[in-house]
Amino acid sequence: MKIGVFVCHCGSNIEGTVDTAAVARASLEFPEVAHAEDVMYSCSEPGQEAIIEAVRSKGLDGVVVASCTPRMHEPTFRRAVERAGLNRYMLEMANIREHVSWIGKNREANTNKSADLVRIAVEKLRRNRPLTPKRFDITRRVLVIGGGVAGIQAALDCADGGMEVVLVEKTSSIGGKMAKLDKTFPTVDCSSCILGPKMVDVAQHPNITLYACAEVEEIGGYVGNFTVKVRRKATYVDWVKCTGCGACMEKCPSKKSHDSFNEGLGGAPAINIPFPQAIPKKAVIDPAFCRQFVKGKCGVCAKICPTKAIDYSMRDEVVEEKVGAIVAATGFDLFDHSKYGEYGGGRYPDVITSLQYERMLSASGPTGGHVKRPSDGREPRSVVFIQCVGSRDKSVDRPYCSGFCCMYTAKQAILTKDHIPDSQSTVFYMDIRSPGKLYDEFTRRAMEEYGARYVRGRVAMITPKGRKLLVRGADTLLGTQVEVEADLVVLAVGAEAAKGSPHLAEKLRISYDKYGFFMESHPKLRPVETNTAGVYLAGCAQGPKDIPSSVGQGSAAASKVLGLFSKAQLESDPQISQVNLARCVGCAKCESTCPFGAIHMIDFRGQPKAEVIETVCQGCGICAVTCPQGAVQLEHFTDNQILAEVDALCRF
Amino acid sequence: MPVLAGRELRIVGFLCNWCSYGGADTAGVGRFTQPTDLRIIRVPCSGRIDPLFVVKALLGGADGVLVSGCHPRDCHYASGNFYARRRLEVLKGMLPVLGFEPGRFEYTWVSASEGQRWQQVVTRFTEQIHALGPSPARDILAPRRGLASGKGGDSARA
Ligand code: SF4
Ligand code: SF4
Repeated sequence: MKIGVFVCHCGSNIEGTVDTAAVARASLEFPEVAHAEDVMYSCSEPGQEAIIEAVRSKGLDGVVVASCTPRMHEPTFRRAVERAGLNRYMLEMANIREHVSWIGKNREANTNKSADLVRIAVEKLRRNRPLTPKRFDITRRVLVIGGGVAGIQAALDCADGGMEVVLVEKTSSIGGKMAKLDKTFPTVDCSSCILGPKMVDVAQHPNITLYACAEVEEIGGYVGNFTVKVRRKATYVDWVKCTGCGACMEKCPSKKSHDSFNEGLGGAPAINIPFPQAIPKKAVIDPAFCRQFVKGKCGVCAKICPTKAIDYSMRDEVVEEKVGAIVAATGFDLFDHSKYGEYGGGRYPDVITSLQYERMLSASGPTGGHVKRPSDGREPRSVVFIQCVGSRDKSVDRPYCSGFCCMYTAKQAILTKDHIPDSQSTVFYMDIRSPGKLYDEFTRRAMEEYGARYVRGRVAMITPKGRKLLVRGADTLLGTQVEVEADLVVLAVGAEAAKGSPHLAEKLRISYDKYGFFMESHPKLRPVETNTAGVYLAGCAQGPKDIPSSVGQGSAAASKVLGLFSKAQLESDPQISQVNLARCVGCAKCESTCPFGAIHMIDFRGQPKAEVIETVCQGCGICAVTCPQGAVQLEHFTDNQILAEVDALCRF
Repeated sequence: MPVLAGRELRIVGFLCNWCSYGGADTAGVGRFTQPTDLRIIRVPCSGRIDPLFVVKALLGGADGVLVSGCHPRDCHYASGNFYARRRLEVLKGMLPVLGFEPGRFEYTWVSASEGQRWQQVVTRFTEQIHALGPSPARDILAPRRGLASGKGGDSARA
C-alpha cells in the first residue's frame, strides 16, 4: 500500500503552534507512507487539487489528511479522494487542530503529538479496505413534532412541496406560544391575524394529518424509514362528531380547570376549547376537574351536546406512522420566576409574567383586553417591567440570553401606553439587545415616543406597600438607588428548554446541551441538522428564537427534508458490521444485543449463523464487543485496527 | 516518536464519535487549554470499546487510559453507553488483579456541548497519571515490544 500524508497549516490555526513540515517529514518514516507534504489550506480548492495530483502522480492507494476534526471535513476529503480515483473510504484524518494546535501552546509538544496522531491514522488506514454503500428506498413522509409557529411553517412547506406530513401536537390546539401573544414586535401587528390563517392552512391542507392531544411515544428505524408510535390521548370527546359549538363549555358546572392558554389567569371549564381560533376547534375534557370523573355523577355535557360527541369511556390510542424524516419543533417553556424570592414570585398577585400580561392585553384574553390588577381588578397607572428574569443569570443556572425579552418588553411598554394613556411604564434592564431588522428603532420608539422610562440596573427587592408594590433597585448609570411605586409588576421571564426535551432527545437519538436545548450538527454550517441523519430542528427547541427566526428555521428544516426526499434512493453508510461465517457459532448474542434489530439469524448449510441487515445497521459496533468469537467486525473499526492504533501509541 | 521525555506521559483516550469526541472538539474550538499527554482514538460508540483494548493499552505500556462516552440516556445509538458502563465497571474491578493501580483507568461521560468539562476531565486525569508516574508495565514489557507491534494483517476477518 502506498499512503500519502497531507499536513494542513490551516493558515496559522495549526501552523501557529505545530511545525507541520516536521510532521510531514516524520510521517515519511511511518510504514507504507510514500508521500508526505504540508499544505496551506487542504480543504481549499488548491489544497484538494494537491491531494488529487499526488494520488495520481504517485499512485497512492490511501490518503491521510492531518487537519481539523473529521466531524467537519471528512465528507470533503472523501469526495476529493474519490475524484482522484480512489475509493472514498481509503481516507483517514488526524485531528491536529481541535485536539492539538488549539489546546496546547508548546510547539515541540504539539508537533510531537501531531506526528503521533498521523501515525495512528496511518496504522488504521493500512487496514482499511474499499467499501461501497448500499442503496435503499425511502418513505416520502415527514413527521413534525410540535405545532407552534416553527412546526407549522415546516409542515406547510413540506406539504406544499408535495410531501405527506404528520403533525403531532401535545396540546389540544396548534399555535404554540405565538397564538397566546397579543401583538408582535416590531410591527405591532396582531399575532393571531398573521398566525391564524396559517393554522387554518394546516387544518385544510390535504397533505397534512394533524394529531392534537398527542405525543410521540416511540421512534424506531433510521433515516428514510422511521417507524413512529404516536399516543393519541383520550379527550373524552369524539372529535369526528364534535363541531366546536362550545355549548358544553357554557353549561359545564366546574369552572376550576387550569386555563393554560390564559396562563392560569382565569379558570376554565372542565370541558374546554382553549381559544376561539383553535385548530382543531374541538373540546377536551380535563378529567382532573370533571365532576363525572371526580364525583362519578354530572354528565351535563353529554346531555347538552347536540351531536352526542361526549364519550366518558374513551381510552388513549396508539397509532403507528411510517415516515422518512422528522422535524423536532417542540418549542420552549418559560422560566419559573418563583425562584426569585425577592420578586415575590407567586406570593404577590400583582407580580405577573410577561405572557400573563400578554393574555391580559389580548382582546380574546380573560379580561377582554383590559389591563387589570389581578388583586383588585383596578387599572394600573404605574407598571414596572423587570427584564432578564431567568436570563443571563448564572445564579439560577440560566447564563444565556433568551434573545426576545428586550423586544417583547418594549412592545408591552408601548401597548401599555396604548391601553392606558395616562400610565407610566418603567423598565429595569441589564442591556438592550435588539439586533433584528427594525428592532433597535422599535425599542427607541418605546422610550422616545411612548415615554417608557428605562432604568439600567437590576431590581433588588419588591415589597408590598399598601395597595401598591415598592420596587427597589439600582440605577447603574447614575450610580444611585431607585425606588418605584408600582401598581403592577411584569417579569420578563426568559426561555428554557421545554420540559421533557431530554426525554424526547433520547427517543430521537439526538444530543442536547446542558440546558436541554437540542443540539444542531454544526453551530454555523449545519444549524438545522442534527447528528442523526433524517432528524432536523426548528424553532426554540434548538435555542431561544423570535418569530422570524423560528419561521426561517422551520422553512430551512423543510427544505432539508425536501432535499433529502428529492433523491430516488438513499445510500447507507457502509461502515457497518460484517459477520465472518466461519467463526460464527450461532449463539445469537449479537442478535439480542443490537439496539437496532440489525442482526438476524439465518440458516447456513443447516447451521444457525448471524447476518447483518446492511441498511439497518447503524455501525455502532456494540455487537463486535459482544461476540465471544470475534466473528462480528465493524468495518473500519475492526479489533485489529483499534489494536493497531493502540500499538502505535504505546511504542516508546 | 518518543513521548517528550520527562514531561509527557503516555495516555490513551478512547472516545465515542458523537458525544465525547465532539466535546473534545468543542473544547478545541473554545481554546480550552489542556495538557498534551493524551492521544485520542476515535470509535463510533463507547459500546464499541472492548475492555480488552484498555488492557492491551496498559499492558503495552500506556501510563493511563481514559474512556469517554455520551451521558447515560443520551446515546446516539440508544443504549451503547449502558453496555459500555457495565463492561468498564467490571474492568475497573479487575485491574488490580492484573497489577495496575485502578487510578490508571477512568471512564467518564462528556457530551458534545461540554467543552469546558472535557478540559477539566483531561486536566484532572493527566494530573492523576503524573502523580502515579510511569507505568510499571513499561520496564517489564519494553524488551518484548518488538513482538507485539508486528505486521498488522486483519486475521479476524480471514
Ligand atoms: S455473537 Fe458472534 S458467534 Fe454469536 S451469533 Fe453473533 S456473530 Fe455468531
Ligand atoms: S454495529 Fe452491530 S450492534 Fe450496531 S447496529 Fe450494526 S449490527 Fe447492530
